Amino acid sequence: MRGSGIWGALALSGLWAVSALPAGAYQIYVTNEKSNSVSVIDSEKLTVVKTVKVGRRPRGVLVSPDGKNLYICASDENGVEVIDTSTMKLLRTLDSGKDPEQFTMNPSGNPLYISNEDNSEVTVLDVEKNQIVARVPVGVEPEGMALSPDGNVLVNTSETTSMAHFIDAHTFKLIDSVLVDKRPRVAVFSKDGSRLWVSSEVGGAVAVIDPKTHKIIKKIKFEIPGLTREEIQPVGIRLTSDGKTAFVALGPANRVAVVDAETFEVRKFLLVGQRVWHLALTPDEKLLFTTNGNSNDVSVIDVASLKVIKSIPVGQSPLGVASSPN
Amino acid sequence: MEEARAQEKLKIDIGYIAYAKPPPPLYDPEAVPRDEGVKGAALAISENNTTGAFTGQSFELTDALVAPGESPVEAARKLADKGLRLFIADLPAAELLQLADALRPSGALVFNASAPDDRLRGPDCRANLFHIAPSRAMLTDGLAQFLLVRRWPRTLLVVGPGEADAAYAAAFRASARKFGLKIVAEKPWTYGPLARARGDNITEAEALNFARGGDYDVIVVADEAADFGDFILYRTADPKLVMGTQGLVTTSWSPVHIAWGAEQLQSRFQRFAGRVMRPVDYQAWMAARAIGDAAQNQKSADPAGVRAFLDGPDFNLANYKGSPGSFRPWDQQLRQVLLYAQPKSIVGVAPQPGFLHQRSVLDTLGADLPETSCHLN
Repeated sequence: MRGSGIWGALALSGLWAVSALPAGAYQIYVTNEKSNSVSVIDSEKLTVVKTVKVGRRPRGVLVSPDGKNLYICASDENGVEVIDTSTMKLLRTLDSGKDPEQFTMNPSGNPLYISNEDNSEVTVLDVEKNQIVARVPVGVEPEGMALSPDGNVLVNTSETTSMAHFIDAHTFKLIDSVLVDKRPRVAVFSKDGSRLWVSSEVGGAVAVIDPKTHKIIKKIKFEIPGLTREEIQPVGIRLTSDGKTAFVALGPANRVAVVDAETFEVRKFLLVGQRVWHLALTPDEKLLFTTNGNSNDVSVIDVASLKVIKSIPVGQSPLGVASSPN
Repeated sequence: MEEARAQEKLKIDIGYIAYAKPPPPLYDPEAVPRDEGVKGAALAISENNTTGAFTGQSFELTDALVAPGESPVEAARKLADKGLRLFIADLPAAELLQLADALRPSGALVFNASAPDDRLRGPDCRANLFHIAPSRAMLTDGLAQFLLVRRWPRTLLVVGPGEADAAYAAAFRASARKFGLKIVAEKPWTYGPLARARGDNITEAEALNFARGGDYDVIVVADEAADFGDFILYRTADPKLVMGTQGLVTTSWSPVHIAWGAEQLQSRFQRFAGRVMRPVDYQAWMAARAIGDAAQNQKSADPAGVRAFLDGPDFNLANYKGSPGSFRPWDQQLRQVLLYAQPKSIVGVAPQPGFLHQRSVLDTLGADLPETSCHLN
């Protein structure tokens, strides 16, 4: 085996990628679901620079558009924690409704749109006033949340109902519900808003939906030699802003699929850590970070070369991941 | 749009047939609840209706819980006369077969939520009968894989007096042959239901000595009535583990299973039923969810369409055990992950890593295509 040679080359290319980054590193925040902590990774050093204790069962994570606040779904605290990114100290805990799992934020920085897994609801939360603005009943085990780029449509996936729910983001009324494959997890809009991507963990597929007609225009399936269909469980999705590439995390298949976002052809599988859950791109889209729930690490993918350049040990059961905007 | 949907609403009636559960003869902290099974199906119906609210389908469960001595077949016929064509049954094998045969002319499908008998998946299989409960062969194959991986291949098999115990023992013998375990000795249990005896009763000296000697690693008990399996652990001369129907059990579900999102289902069920979810509840839940999935996919509850979909390659059941469930077309048994459960924790899952299969590793548990004696028509 050419192991040492490959690793040497990878380490070099990793260093090269780092030195090619623009001035200023990004912070990558990883929620460790079972050690109740957040690991902070420096995107230049590609190491954990800080680990902070947070509320119980941290899952969803995002950074405010101005980069100042880190938001964390502390599921077993029934709250969303707000952390100052400059000090990594807890500022306050917001009333998220019961069992918050995932969320998304209005690009203006307010409100938060939260899925309450144990409560079959989506909660809209004014983060300034710490006040619930609306509660929208959806299917059983709501999970993925996405806001259309124009801010008009909110999408939630419900795992047990196997649907993507389209919600008017101003009146918070349900517009439509689209049946997808079993156990939908993550929903992501393309940057131009013309496509909605929804991963189905148990169905083993990703549905690409036209958000105007609510019709599924493509179902992407993944076939990996040597793996059974049960082992291919898509969860995390990230799209590049040029609309050309989609990355799909495949759970216990331990791979990230690289998909041509225009033709929907699966181009490549990248071997990462065990049970890969969620993905985050740096804002310059040069690096992709993956949380690997069973190997307790984060894989770093160089987007230009489509190579896995490093794995970084973090806490127990890493799940959510988000990058600072600057 | 909403109005149009309301008008098109399709009503799907499912019948639930079972004997009413008798109260326990003695104090039993884990007595079978009177609503065992039916509560699992009812929870699944409410989940189907959440999806149905968006797809224009409404599901309803009608239960017929018959007293001992009454005929579950007659109860089901009455529901079939009202137009019901989908049934979930929690019945012993003999009554289950009578039910499937009686309903067959109507085209109805029956989902077996509890009977583990291998003959129902073999010579006595029926084309209108789906099995949600794992077969005994699946349970003992799972156990055999565990013993092999742990390198505890030599077993003492202790067999209870019941017919079900003999059937479990037969399944374990077959699994031992299949996976290369050695049954060092077999002993019948002849000391009565000591596990149910009170602590201040005099325990029988022979029962403490029966497992003495013999070069074995573990004791496997075949005790489906739960009369003695729980008595043996800690009462043997040598320190031996107990597994099989008691001790470490292979099972479809356990209240302490929380991986793969199972915690959600556990807490949903607890809120709904006011008690923990038992394997029969879970199996009835899977049955009603499978029917719901098929009706959604087919946009119809026509039993022929439901059967074709469930037997086909596109059906997968999200059942909170990591890998989805699906039906084996050769005997209509739900292939599923099984849990190795002790009372307060899950020890692992079957199939164990390393047991490979060209189609699905789940087919390393139970009767596989080449060995099936079922001929559906």
